[in-house]
Amino acid sequence: MKRTRVLSILAGATAAAVLVAGCAAPRPAGTTGGAAQPAAKPYIPVISKGFQHQFWQAVKLGSERAAKDFNVDITFEGPESEAQVDKQIEMLQTAIDKKPAAICLAALDSKAVIPLLEKAKAANIPVIGFDSGVDSDIPVATAATDNIAAAGYAADKMAELIGGEGEVAVIVHDQTSRTGIDRRDGFVNRIKEKYPKITIVDVQYGGGDHLKSTDLAKAIIQAHPNLKGFFGANEGSAIGVLNAVTELKKEGQIVVIGYDAGKQQKDAVRSGVMAGAITQDPIGIGYKCVEAAVKAIKGESVEKNIDTGFKWYDKTNIDAEDIKPLLYD
Amino acid sequence: MEAKIARAPGKSLFRSDAVQKLMAFAGLIALFVVFSLASPNFLTLDNVIGILLATAVNGVLALGATFVIIAAGIDLSVGTVMTFSAVMTGVLVVFWGLPIPLGIVGGILAGGLCGLVNGLVISKMKVPPFIATLGMLYATRGLSLVISGVKPIYFNDTPEFRQIAMGSALGALIPGLDIPNAVFIMFGAAIVAGLILSKTVLGRYCFAIGSNEEATRLSGVNVDAWKAAVYMVCGMFAGLGGVIMASRLNSAQPALGAGYELDAIAAVVIGGTSLRGGEGTVLGTIIGAFIISVLANGLRILSVPQEWQMVVTGAIVVLAVYADIIRRRQ
Repeated sequence: MKRTRVLSILAGATAAAVLVAGCAAPRPAGTTGGAAQPAAKPYIPVISKGFQHQFWQAVKLGSERAAKDFNVDITFEGPESEAQVDKQIEMLQTAIDKKPAAICLAALDSKAVIPLLEKAKAANIPVIGFDSGVDSDIPVATAATDNIAAAGYAADKMAELIGGEGEVAVIVHDQTSRTGIDRRDGFVNRIKEKYPKITIVDVQYGGGDHLKSTDLAKAIIQAHPNLKGFFGANEGSAIGVLNAVTELKKEGQIVVIGYDAGKQQKDAVRSGVMAGAITQDPIGIGYKCVEAAVKAIKGESVEKNIDTGFKWYDKTNIDAEDIKPLLYD
Repeated sequence: MEAKIARAPGKSLFRSDAVQKLMAFAGLIALFVVFSLASPNFLTLDNVIGILLATAVNGVLALGATFVIIAAGIDLSVGTVMTFSAVMTGVLVVFWGLPIPLGIVGGILAGGLCGLVNGLVISKMKVPPFIATLGMLYATRGLSLVISGVKPIYFNDTPEFRQIAMGSALGALIPGLDIPNAVFIMFGAAIVAGLILSKTVLGRYCFAIGSNEEATRLSGVNVDAWKAAVYMVCGMFAGLGGVIMASRLNSAQPALGAGYELDAIAAVVIGGTSLRGGEGTVLGTIIGAFIISVLANGLRILSVPQEWQMVVTGAIVVLAVYADIIRRRQ
């Protein structure tokens, strides 16, 4: 008797929780009509690398806009951290099982997803990559920033701003993801190839965590008192570098270059503490991957590599017409 | 400073604690000496201030965890409760425009509430602490995102907020000695924790429950209520940690916090508090927290790759506990 009561409490609680969650969950973007309307629209699951960071929220916004413009249903989901390769694979598996019209995927691990992509191909589901590519020919298109070129450009700017010689350091979000590797290598290799008088004294990884990156950057600055420049390869890393420089009162003595946007970076660029930053076009990435998916569903031809571009922004052009829409808060 | 907190825990309830404390302290000094010899950039005023500041958040979290661990429990939710409290402070100050002191109190109370829920689930529903607080870890991680709208909350319109942690009251008195307030908040919290542990009923029952819960219950103590109180105190410290973090970053970052609970538990354990419960000190925990941040900072200064830094921290946690076991056998 007692056991059944406990079980029924459990069942009731679970049902209530699911109900609450169901009500709280937003409807898929692009859904306009009520429940009476049959789901005839093509369904495209967008599997991102995450959802918590502002960058991914901007990508989500772009994909929702495209869903509205092209009259398709999308869902946007991603694991909690960019290390959860396994969780993303589960999401991809579930997405394939739903037999969607197409799938948009920002792969966390460029090799681990390949078996599932083959499954999607066998089921005739076109796959569109976004943000970073996959080591496979299966995706019909990939909408991404050329991170190597963008980080290389950051290196050129760094060299220019510190006068072509001296010590610089780098904080990257992680050492395993495609964007982490590309931005690190893009920056480091450009410095090594073009600027022999610049030494990269340290490259460290802060997991994109603001607080950890701050303490990390502080220690690096302490260890290298002559440091002239510091590059933070994503938003969290860049904020960490910024905090470190402000806390040590080295504003103006160390050239800080960041990546992506966010309110704090934008403020720092305006005030001049951050010399400038690379911005991608996250809304464009989200929009173009869904657009490419729609084209693929219709059987139209799509460009294999959709370069969504990057821009350098600093104090002088932060409010310019071509930059402003790329910068999220 | 060390002398100040050394007094706080009062007379040790267990004499053996003194030895463990001494060992941990000796370890800390040894690390300082080694890193100072290895690099001229380690023992500078700025870097030492950096180490103190880097310890503040983890130190406060670890103080809370000390209570729970002494009471033979565990709290896996301190990191995400910290984040939840930071977000709540952000909601109160930025979204609702309430005065900053109310935001601080609200953040600490939000943490306390999470802790109380933990405590009640553990004592009334008899869910093991590991599971109950694991549930809280997930719930607060999600709630932080929901409440903040998956966006950081910035305190840009209230510049005084950043001064809570990053201003320097000492620097205003003695120019040049700009030790941020966050450091003193941590030491203040340590003194409060020490007083609670050594001078109050809560502290005594904390040790009693940790040593022998059944005996404590049989002697007429309302163990369930006190247990809930212990978790609530832990939650309040996590809440304070959240306020410090939000102040330092000048923003409540809703996605942070994962993994912070492990650093806090490591600090407690290195400081000589036994996971079996019944013993532990505040001073030990603070020393443990410093050992972790001195290691992180020193290895960083020497440019040791981060991967190895984790390996070394892991080895030190195990060695610290092993040293304690050896000492007990003698």
